[in-house]
Amino acid sequence: MEWHLIFDVLPLLLDGALLTIQLTAASVLLGLIIALPLSLMRASGSTGLSRPVLLYTFAFRGTPLLVQIFLIYYGASQIEWIRTSFVWSVLREPWWCALIAFSLNHAAYTTEILRGGIRAVPRGEIEAAKALGMSYALRTRRIVLPVAFRLSLPAYANEVVLMLKASSLASTITMMELTGTARKIVAQTFSPYEVFISAALIYLGITFVVVHLFGRLERGITSHQGRARAENDNRKNIPPSEGYAIGKVSR
Amino acid sequence: MNILKITVFTVVLSILAGMAQAQDAKTIRIATEGAFPPWNSVDASGESVGFDIDVGVALCARANLKCEFVTQAWDGIIPALTVGKYDAIMAGMSITEKRKQVISFSEPYALTSNYFVVSKAVDLPTMESASKLDLTTETDASKRVLADLKENLKGRSIGVQGSTNAEVFVRDYFGDAVEVRSYDKQDSLNLDLVAGRIDGGLADFSVWKAFLESNDGDSAQLYGPRISGGVFGPGVGIGLRKDDAVLTEKFNGAIQAISEDGTLKAISLKWFGADLVTR
Repeated sequence: MEWHLIFDVLPLLLDGALLTIQLTAASVLLGLIIALPLSLMRASGSTGLSRPVLLYTFAFRGTPLLVQIFLIYYGASQIEWIRTSFVWSVLREPWWCALIAFSLNHAAYTTEILRGGIRAVPRGEIEAAKALGMSYALRTRRIVLPVAFRLSLPAYANEVVLMLKASSLASTITMMELTGTARKIVAQTFSPYEVFISAALIYLGITFVVVHLFGRLERGITSHQGRARAENDNRKNIPPSEGYAIGKVSR
Repeated sequence: MNILKITVFTVVLSILAGMAQAQDAKTIRIATEGAFPPWNSVDASGESVGFDIDVGVALCARANLKCEFVTQAWDGIIPALTVGKYDAIMAGMSITEKRKQVISFSEPYALTSNYFVVSKAVDLPTMESASKLDLTTETDASKRVLADLKENLKGRSIGVQGSTNAEVFVRDYFGDAVEVRSYDKQDSLNLDLVAGRIDGGLADFSVWKAFLESNDGDSAQLYGPRISGGVFGPGVGIGLRKDDAVLTEKFNGAIQAISEDGTLKAISLKWFGADLVTR
């Protein structure tokens, strides 16, 4: 075990880490854009709208991501008409294949998470919106989605972290992201322990940032609830300074 | 009583005969895997056949040794040699530093022969395919071939199997000129070569041979010189026990002899359809 090697290889892994971040960010963004309308369809009462989406989320949540990547990457290259059509200019590149597989997979999970959030919006709030004469679009925008987002944020943060780690599968289709780069260096140095510890440290660092950002976001959009609670406390006629005063006396 | 006597007599005789046979140490037992064609395989009648076997027979004839081939699974092929189940290994085994810590090797009887294979759809300047590039000895000629190859492949995407010497070579020598793609398996590389995702690949000749002879292989062809030595290691040698200096000496002399008189090259042409032995 050579401890210094852990830090020596860190700069070599940076290119790979950048690709990991890039892939994850793009997949999360694209996935969210796909998931937003799908989750509304899924949460709507209509069978005609929700069934096709259920089929999609079932298919993508029910099969391993690795299989999906292989199907899109190697599967598409087997079909003659795809290779001769304009689609090939996109599917030819491993980057796009990875992005398509990741964002479709990520969107499937996000759809179900958001659906849960939408279904959990208190009925009273929706009824109040209806009573005020808000249209479907308006109450979805002003009432349902904001509340649903707030409710599903912890689960969504979790899913984003999972997406970050799942991006390591891109190395199976020649993308030299963090894990792929680490494996390449291991093959050259024969020191798997140090190099993979180094890669793990970078993953931990990225995860820390992601979790921290979501934590701040969560505090930001739920701060009014905190204020509401504080006001409730005040109404109980306990002067805020009393606790402090007691502490002073006992000293 | 009589029956007992006869039985004891027979048993004693057979033990004596067995001892006599054991002392007759002229028979050299050579292990091969029997599952790595065209290097070695087992034919329908159970006989070992292949490049390794033909070379072994030629070597034993030259060194005046009586040899027999036995098959042994690859996993235990080195431990069984060290405990003396047989005396030599000829199983397409590359000479590596790690193996050298446990056993010794003869001089190489075949080279690690790496070739570029490119898609026929890619228009590249013609190159002499029969030429050889030995990375061990850096001559002006070899430097020129290397520079030509680099220039011709510039900007192309080249696939290699990850964690192989081929990957090390492409990244070290051509890393700044070509786009290197690493695959987990050679099969995946072949698929992408056929699909046109990559322009070419680098791998060992025996690996390419199977692909080029398949239907998919029609769309690709060998390109440029045979590349050996250097990062690819010295080649394939006979594995021997470290304390068996006499046998090592005999085999080395025989390898020298059959490589000089062209026997080795003929065997290589017979099994690989190419010269993988001449430096």
